[in-house]
Amino acid sequence: MIPPALYLALSAVIFTIGVIGVLLRRDAIVIFMCIEMMLSAVGITLIAASRYLHSMDGVIFVFLAMTVAAAEAAVGLAIFVLLHRIYKGVKVDEINLMKW
Amino acid sequence: MEGSLFQWIVFFAMAFLAIFCALMVVTRRNPIHSAVFLIVNFFAIAVIYLLLGSQFIAIAQVMVYAGAIMMLVVFTIMLISVEEARRVPMVRLSAGKVFGVILAILLFVELLYGLMVKALPGKVGPFTPERLQAVGPVRTVGGLLMSKYLLAFELASVVLLIGIIGAVILAKKER
Repeated sequence: MIPPALYLALSAVIFTIGVIGVLLRRDAIVIFMCIEMMLSAVGITLIAASRYLHSMDGVIFVFLAMTVAAAEAAVGLAIFVLLHRIYKGVKVDEINLMKW
Repeated sequence: MEGSLFQWIVFFAMAFLAIFCALMVVTRRNPIHSAVFLIVNFFAIAVIYLLLGSQFIAIAQVMVYAGAIMMLVVFTIMLISVEEARRVPMVRLSAGKVFGVILAILLFVELLYGLMVKALPGKVGPFTPERLQAVGPVRTVGGLLMSKYLLAFELASVVLLIGIIGAVILAKKER
């Protein structure tokens, strides 16, 4: 079998790319997509661990995280539509209503 | 080299595809292009799940992430015009961004370090691959969802219901 460290390294690489995307991009939708990418990258870690530890808990965990991601997508994208109506765009640095 | 050659070929092909598409998601200026690359990324990750022997999650990944969520994202991008996003330079370098990237790279180094120090810790459970093959992996997941994790399963349905209601209320037209 392929050693689990490779799967975990792959997961780490994709997660880090997602983090960099969240930090660098200004478009809220692209930031949202990077967050989804990070969520599914963490899924690789959980599935690999549950495979090599002969356990099913990681699989159930990924399934529940997927449910939360779907609900998050529905609500988050509705918020983007709302923001677009108010600010005529979804650049995160233009949304500074609560900036101190 | 343990494992069959086929597994290694599939793993490396899918790993490089996933990493390439992840880089493309971050660097493309047009959000639609990012979305399409993200769909390919999700498919590659689904193949990785198959390689790890969990068919249920692989199919759920394709249906939920690549199907439902990305369809919503593409619809939202179409709804919100993306024309003005193309002209402005994508990354205006600032001290904060450089600092952020340094922190992200530090995070990556820490993750890799944690990976190398120690073998995978944790208790070994009862679900060996032979047992999964005998019962069927998807059937095992379904049985666990309906018995040991029934409460979490029902709560997940409540979360989805509240998500739907919230989305409808938020996106409703102004009266």
